[in-house]
Amino acid sequence: MSDPRHHLAQFNVGRLTAPLDDPSMEGFSSQIDAVNQLAEHAPGFVWRLVEEGKEDATGLRPFGDSYLVNYSVWEDVESLWNFTYRTDHLALLRGRRQWFERMDTAHLVLWWFPSDNIPSVEEAGRRLDLLREHGPTPEAFTLRTPFPPPSDLPRPTSVQPSGASTSPNP
Amino acid sequence: MDDSSIDAAGALADPLRRRLYEYVADSGGEVSRGEAAEALGIRRTLAAHHLDRLEEAGLLEVERRRVNGREGPGAGRPAKLYRRAGHQLSLHLPPREYELAAHVLAEAVERHGAEEAVHAAAREEGRRLGAGSGAGSVEELLRERGYEPEEAGDDVRMRNCPFHTLARAFPPLACGLNLELLRGMLEGLGEDGDRARMAPRTEGCCVAVSKNKIR
Repeated sequence: MSDPRHHLAQFNVGRLTAPLDDPSMEGFSSQIDAVNQLAEHAPGFVWRLVEEGKEDATGLRPFGDSYLVNYSVWEDVESLWNFTYRTDHLALLRGRRQWFERMDTAHLVLWWFPSDNIPSVEEAGRRLDLLREHGPTPEAFTLRTPFPPPSDLPRPTSVQPSGASTSPNP
Repeated sequence: MDDSSIDAAGALADPLRRRLYEYVADSGGEVSRGEAAEALGIRRTLAAHHLDRLEEAGLLEVERRRVNGREGPGAGRPAKLYRRAGHQLSLHLPPREYELAAHVLAEAVERHGAEEAVHAAAREEGRRLGAGSGAGSVEELLRERGYEPEEAGDDVRMRNCPFHTLARAFPPLACGLNLELLRGMLEGLGEDGDRARMAPRTEGCCVAVSKNKIR
């Protein structure tokens, strides 16, 4: 379900149980660089948010001092899924309760966007709000309830080879 | 429960067919009619008949490919290669919905943040399984439990994930549960539980067990 005209945005927030330099956070903070490298070399990785002049986005706290944000872009859901759950990133997820407080609302949101323009962090926050308000929709969804890119919807008949259409014309 | 599950189970009632199915599954890959016939010491036409019956029942998948790199006219028909089908067959009589229950319980555990309790319970269950198994080795126990172990360098890797559908829906939870279960099984056998570690990959089980003692 890869489509060069659309990319998948992934945005999540995590509420830290302690400041990042606290000894109790060592297990997380010591792995940040390695996991970011792992992401950058993962198939389908496109982009990740990084603070200017830094290696990561841990210094950016647009939603409050205790909230880390993680914002990345992927070619498709499968690439993101495989990185998230089928690399050493899984070990980090397994330990997440030690470093991040449990949230009663959604903390991770996905959505498709035209690949020439990466949405702002404000837009990402808006998508998370959409998910929290309406549950998974094509505009804001989750890894467990994914939606196809917009191009997987039936295209105008003009771009299809004549006679090759298998679906009824609109 | 759907009719296809009953058909599939019925197809395995024939002992020869069951041996063929096990041979293909154990191979971990693709098997030709000739290879299967030779392995079981039966005629090729007989092997072909039963392999095709297993395919009809949805237990095997078939790929047609020319072997030996022959192409073009005179290359002959492509060979049929059989491998175990990816989908899962469940048969419970009377109907039981354990998988549905597992998904609901997993959702509740995530909502409540109770992973630590799951890990502890899995470790204890693993120890019981290991201690009560009577298996002579780690690999024997893994085989008994359906993990389909195979050697891979310094590790034992497992071709089958026993929690596949749960692990697709709740990866950190199911894989974490499995890791602790395996660590417990090792301990139940008197081995070091830390020989099992998380080492995810796209196919099979996400846990690797080192062949040698760590300490």
